[in-house]
Amino acid sequence: MSSLRRILQKYGETIGPRGFCRPNVKPLSVGVSRANQTAKKPGKVAKETKPKATPLYDFHVSHKAKMVDFAGWQMPLLYEDQSIIDSHLHTRKHVSIFDVSHMQQAIVSGNDRLEFLESVCVSDVKNCPENSGQLSLLTNEKGGIIDDMIFMNTSRGYLHIVLNAGCAKKDMEHLSRKVADYQRSGKAVQIAFLQSEERALLAVQGPEMAQVLEAGTSDSLIKLPFMHTTLTTLFNFKCRITRCGYTGEDGVEISCLAKDATPLCETLLASSKGKVKMAGLAARDSLRLEAGLCLYGNDIDEDVSPVEAALSWTIGKRRRNEGGFPGSEVILGQLKNGVSMKRVGIVSSGAPARQGYPVTDQEGKPIGKITSGCPSPTLGKNISMAYVETPSSKNGTKVNIRVRNQDVQGQVVKMPFVPANYYHAKGHVAA
Amino acid sequence: MASTVWRVGVACFHRATDVTGRISRPTSRLRFSTSSFALAERLFTKKHEWILMDKEEGTVGITDYAQKALGDIVFAQLPDPGNEVTKGVECGALESVKAASEIYSPVTGTVIEKNVAAEEKPQLINKSCYKDGWLYKVHLSDPSELDALMKEKGYDDFVKALQDEDH
Repeated sequence: MSSLRRILQKYGETIGPRGFCRPNVKPLSVGVSRANQTAKKPGKVAKETKPKATPLYDFHVSHKAKMVDFAGWQMPLLYEDQSIIDSHLHTRKHVSIFDVSHMQQAIVSGNDRLEFLESVCVSDVKNCPENSGQLSLLTNEKGGIIDDMIFMNTSRGYLHIVLNAGCAKKDMEHLSRKVADYQRSGKAVQIAFLQSEERALLAVQGPEMAQVLEAGTSDSLIKLPFMHTTLTTLFNFKCRITRCGYTGEDGVEISCLAKDATPLCETLLASSKGKVKMAGLAARDSLRLEAGLCLYGNDIDEDVSPVEAALSWTIGKRRRNEGGFPGSEVILGQLKNGVSMKRVGIVSSGAPARQGYPVTDQEGKPIGKITSGCPSPTLGKNISMAYVETPSSKNGTKVNIRVRNQDVQGQVVKMPFVPANYYHAKGHVAA
Repeated sequence: MASTVWRVGVACFHRATDVTGRISRPTSRLRFSTSSFALAERLFTKKHEWILMDKEEGTVGITDYAQKALGDIVFAQLPDPGNEVTKGVECGALESVKAASEIYSPVTGTVIEKNVAAEEKPQLINKSCYKDGWLYKVHLSDPSELDALMKEKGYDDFVKALQDEDH
């Protein structure tokens, strides 16, 4: 038995019978898709790369989801009983469950784990209180963003991290290599990537989340503020509940055994404490955009730095003084001297601004490009993110967006577009 | 990138514009090569537009399959009266929360009228895609183009085949 597995079992972290993928054994064999074995495959992609199925694949199909290929996974785009706008507004008003099992979960253990994570990301991991965590960025030597991730410093001797599905392959290679380097220098660190056949991840998001979950937890959610985590049971299913999400609403992400994902979803959907519905990737995208949250591949990538991406706040104070993270010379230089382009939010009228549309100043001079955009179901206006030249990045700056050879008027605004509704547990202390 | 896999048709737009604003009407009566025409039967394209003829004028809309695939339509950009449209070429756009989708004209001709009500209230296209949610009316410059379009049965079979592929 691996030492890592022993730690997890000792502390009760739920692992399936087959454990998890050890990077040095079979680093990329994540998730043999059940759909590949049984169900009919979507015609277009079946031959080349077989899209993988999450543990909830059959559940989605039986709930009449429109399934699409996303980052190599068959994921629900939306469900037949709701339009995107319905699903979006339902999440803002009630609560929705999103299957996010396609995201890559990993466990980092060993005595030097905090120091190790600091060697690959921008956060002050060492001073992160137990059972809490942060949004962080894995950076490259140029100061670009390899991926964004959520890490949780659990009280059980390891870090729990969640990486983007679209970056999973390169992240696993990158982190496995970094771990191997670290081990060679005599440090104690291990990483294990959880397999989707073993582990699912559900995001339960919306203002009615707490009342729905409260009925099934022994630990009160009052003691679990935003960006805190606990290993617990939910309706008798062992799971890790982390208060975070990608919608701007109060919400949690629940990491549970793959076999428990469907019964847990069914239990939550049947709740009498709140109106719970399934939601797909389409609503997830419009919700995160209203919340001003970046989508990797659209709004951030390996060619933009945290400073350009307006994500400098993720860089720990101590890290700003000490440096020592990949690309820190470039990034700290940018913090001091400024950057020429910045990510901003834009509200516009007329035809919606979409990814790739050019942004100009009022004289028609090109100043940037839209990276994400949609009509906001909550605001009834068009919202977008763009990278624009720094002099045009001030709030209130009037810009034009070129849509099908016509200009629409827009204005740079502060994000989030829709105020966040996170739970900060004033007056309560984390468990 | 990963994020855009499921987005449909956020494309480069090449607009065939003619802003003379003059709508020319032919002096001679048009000769139609399709006999089904007299029955004012809807004809369909593979891009999911329909056209319904009334004498020399065709009313253009999108099909039920298309409106369902788009979802809630929140913005409609329709060709203005006087615009020249070309068969198979983009002449406007319908936008849902998730994507912008082009409208491809089923025929070549001059736009006579656009559905202002549908521009003002794009949900009309979802609610009534074959009637109140029509898009524009066009005066055909070459009615023989209609011969290449599908009749209802042909289109239904085409959609069934597409749906079969999807599942």
